[in-house]
Amino acid sequence: MNTDVRITDTTLRDGSHSMSHRFTEEQVRSTVRALDKAGVQVIEVTHGDGLGGSSFNYGFSLVPELELIAAAVDEAERARIAVLMLPGLGTIHDLKAARAAGASIARIATHCSEADTSRQHFGAARELGFETVGFLMLAHMLSPSELAQQARVMADAGCQCIYVVDSAGALILDDASMRVAALVDELGDDAQVGYHGHQNLSFGVANSLLAQRAGARQIDGSLGALGAGAGNSPTEILVAAFERVGVTTGIELDVILEAAEEVVVPYMTRIPRMDRASIMQGYAGVYSSFLLHAEAAAERYGVPAHEILRRVGERRYVGGQEDMIIEIAIELAGELAGVAISG
Amino acid sequence: MARRLTAAIVGPGNIGTDLMFKIMRHAEHLELTQMIGVDPTSDGLARARRLGLEASDGGVDWMLSQGVLPDIVFEATSAKAHAANAPRYREAGITAIDLTPAAVGPYVCPPVNLEFNLDAPNINMITCGGQATTPMVKAVSSVVPVPYAEIVASISSKSAGPGTRANLDEFTESTSNALSVVGGAASGKSIIILNPVEPPMIMRNTVFCAIPDEAAEAGALQDRVTESIHAMVAAVQQYVPGYRLKSDPQFDSARANWNGYSRVAIFCEVRGRGDYLPDYAGNLDIITAASARVGDLVAAHRLETAGAQA
Repeated sequence: MNTDVRITDTTLRDGSHSMSHRFTEEQVRSTVRALDKAGVQVIEVTHGDGLGGSSFNYGFSLVPELELIAAAVDEAERARIAVLMLPGLGTIHDLKAARAAGASIARIATHCSEADTSRQHFGAARELGFETVGFLMLAHMLSPSELAQQARVMADAGCQCIYVVDSAGALILDDASMRVAALVDELGDDAQVGYHGHQNLSFGVANSLLAQRAGARQIDGSLGALGAGAGNSPTEILVAAFERVGVTTGIELDVILEAAEEVVVPYMTRIPRMDRASIMQGYAGVYSSFLLHAEAAAERYGVPAHEILRRVGERRYVGGQEDMIIEIAIELAGELAGVAISG
Repeated sequence: MARRLTAAIVGPGNIGTDLMFKIMRHAEHLELTQMIGVDPTSDGLARARRLGLEASDGGVDWMLSQGVLPDIVFEATSAKAHAANAPRYREAGITAIDLTPAAVGPYVCPPVNLEFNLDAPNINMITCGGQATTPMVKAVSSVVPVPYAEIVASISSKSAGPGTRANLDEFTESTSNALSVVGGAASGKSIIILNPVEPPMIMRNTVFCAIPDEAAEAGALQDRVTESIHAMVAAVQQYVPGYRLKSDPQFDSARANWNGYSRVAIFCEVRGRGDYLPDYAGNLDIITAASARVGDLVAAHRLETAGAQA
């Protein structure tokens, strides 16, 4: 379908973080059915940390992701199923298995400055017949021109659309549109540009509209914002807002509103919202999926989650370094004990 | 001075150069005689020559055509090159210590399983992550069964060269395999993260081992696991002084999304010795240090065996 922007719904991937990776097959089926009916063209289904993410470090999946991907493929009549993978965590074997399960779009994500670690995976994904998307995560950490150079590396490796990924929800208005514009300028007709937002500082939807104006052709959202940190740009709000400004998405508003309200909200175990810890993530530039891990470590070691996240931001840990959260919590607990003794 | 075995390094890059300094400074039973490359303009060859080694850009062909062959060769090239060279070393009776991921010979981590491989004609040094983490998995699995081990290796972006970047899958797959083959876990998973922060972060590894519920509770069994971990850290420190735990091992009973496993989490840092590579690059240092150690111990064993026969 030819639309001004293509919305990729990531409820069943980024939302996996908010669900602590406990999606059931029935939840996946009902969500895919509702998204497909509304006219969403791409639905991403994977463990929150991508293929192979099921682990101690990120949380084990309740249902193996390949089963969930196959169920989504089975359920979708029009929509195509996408998967996420992070080099260093997932491998080409995982991409092959996802392709065999019926996924047709591979989204390959690296930290924004490490695009060259994805070359082998883009090459393999294209050979497997995937459409390819590249994710430059924590995009606030590089300037627009530096980010554009990394996008070029992905495009040259066979990536067909490169996303500015605001993993920390830290980009504010011009921060987002200038990065998108720099990528559009660099890539020209070689690849499209996309935008993936988070709501930690509430700018997900506004940044997405600015991204589209700056030339982005693919935009991510999640039903009811279900996603890491304070959640993603809500798909149903993106649809409403784009329609109001005359940008076509091909998605029916009434049907997507129903999908969010009647299918996804009822199964949420946690309503994403801008709370103390997630606002700190946006402010300090911290990877959104660290939130629940920081809360778990806060409870285990008796220290405040927002203080853990502030320190994670200061040390500039990147996506995947969830293990550092435990170390910081131990350190904070030690400092608190020291204060108690000296006081 | 007691007799020493002779050694050559093939591959005069950063790894080969750091290895050269380690053998020259710390080895007791090895005499490094040659540095072999293929590029006449190589800095590494020039540096080796200045330090008094015989340095040649004639490659392995040159080395094998000489009248006197080295007893041991360290391969610091690429998996592909080692796969081609390995049969030639073997035919010439040269023991190969392989720093590439070729895995022609058995995986070896010095304090874990070198004693069983001292006579192997070809020894593979796994990966940097494998050298840093298999000792910890072994420390746990030698006390309690470990059905699953998982490691997260964080390294500085600056220490990840083009070879590593072009093939992260090779790292994750070899390391995962070594967690069971060397570490003694029933299954393994490994994750590598590159972090570009400045100043560069020192290599940091987290090792998660699934353990019986009983060991997650305070008590004698848990104490034995902790003691075993500390003893293994001390064994690694013999050749990597900058290997240390960042906190005590952390024991936790199974949580809802831990697949039913209780676990111990071990956090360790690897600061390099700074022989040639910068100290933050503990990931590169630990594989050169382990290789030099293996070479030295293999030489000691060979000399002792020869002495006993004489």
